[in-house]
Amino acid sequence: MASSVGGAKFRRGDRVRVLSLDVKGHMRTPWYIQGKTGVIERSHGPYLNPESLAYGGSGLPAQPLYLVRFNQLEVWEGYTGPGDDRVLADVFEHWLEPA
Amino acid sequence: MPRVHDRGGWPTDEPIDRSEHQIMDWELRVSAIRQVLGQKGLLRSDELRRGIESIKPSRYEALGYYERWTESIESIIVEKGVLTREEIDQKVADLEAQSR
Amino acid sequence: MRNQHSHGDHSNEQGSSHPDASQGAELGHYARRVQALEALLTEKGICTQGEIQRAVEETEARSPADGARVVARAWVDSEFKARLLADAKAAVAELGYEAAADLPDLVVVENTDKQHHLVVCTLCSCYPTWLLGRPPDWYKSLTYRSRAVADPRGVTREFGLELEPNVEVRVLDSTADIRYLVLPRRPDGTEGLSEEELAKLVTRDSMVGVSNPHVPEPAPAD
Repeated sequence: MASSVGGAKFRRGDRVRVLSLDVKGHMRTPWYIQGKTGVIERSHGPYLNPESLAYGGSGLPAQPLYLVRFNQLEVWEGYTGPGDDRVLADVFEHWLEPA
Repeated sequence: MPRVHDRGGWPTDEPIDRSEHQIMDWELRVSAIRQVLGQKGLLRSDELRRGIESIKPSRYEALGYYERWTESIESIIVEKGVLTREEIDQKVADLEAQSR
Repeated sequence: MRNQHSHGDHSNEQGSSHPDASQGAELGHYARRVQALEALLTEKGICTQGEIQRAVEETEARSPADGARVVARAWVDSEFKARLLADAKAAVAELGYEAAADLPDLVVVENTDKQHHLVVCTLCSCYPTWLLGRPPDWYKSLTYRSRAVADPRGVTREFGLELEPNVEVRVLDSTADIRYLVLPRRPDGTEGLSEEELAKLVTRDSMVGVSNPHVPEPAPAD
């Protein structure tokens, strides 16, 4: 289902994969979650796109922003904590695909 | 390879240095300048971050937090033509001369 | 890999917030650049001294005591707590903390007996400044930014908090325009305390999640 203006593609509980993109300029998707699979924890609603704002752009169209939850054991080889530990990050919809 | 500012999980055995330095007057001022420019629509947080991320990696790691801010704010306002680098350099020289 | 924690140049000023910084002292490189920026921006009418001074005062007006008030209120008032968890910006406005529209949004995450939260910004140093005041140096350090996500239990251990294996540790990386504040667990043995007394137990570090609030002193024996 295509996302309508202001419509969010994902909902809490959906499994998503973070894209691995070689973006040369400003972006806010940390390297350690790129390519990783996680679960939507929260849907924050639309936010202006920092990749445009950083260069004087309007930031439009606003993109749905999500808090995405990852298993630490899947993020870090050699993570020493227990298997229920999580890391969460705010990720824009255009960086996510269904998993 | 992550860019120098993309710091999560970088290998380090260092303990976290919990000492706090007394904030300097100039650090308070640059923070305030950033806020005021932001309120006037002359500097978005995203632009400030982009400016900081553009600092050469070895320099990024060597500079302190507010030093990075100062360099970024200067670069962005020069980029936007709010001030020129030359007039900032000249003002620095004038202030140096006055303080002697 | 070295993680530099530079304190910046140490000018002769020791944290004076006097607006006219020169006082005949030799300023360091960055202090001078900032002085020049301020002079030019005000000379050109882009902003005024007053605006800059007000901005200094606004930031300095906030401290962890403000966050602590919010936490203490949530501890004593379960309906406020529910509102805080549902819409934090609106809830803290009830206590007088109005955030200007252009300020980042706020989300409060609750520690329970099963979950412990820790907040970081690996990409820069985003922090809920408008409620807690300026972040501590360690929060902004390259070391914290790298270790908080990869070794949160090691980090809290350094801050004196050993987290049990059956507690789920959740690290939040503030990568966008949301600022996260941890609502720590109310310590045991605080039933008789007033809201003000409770607020005194709430530390800045417990609202970042690197440690827990103070535990009250046991009452002296009668």
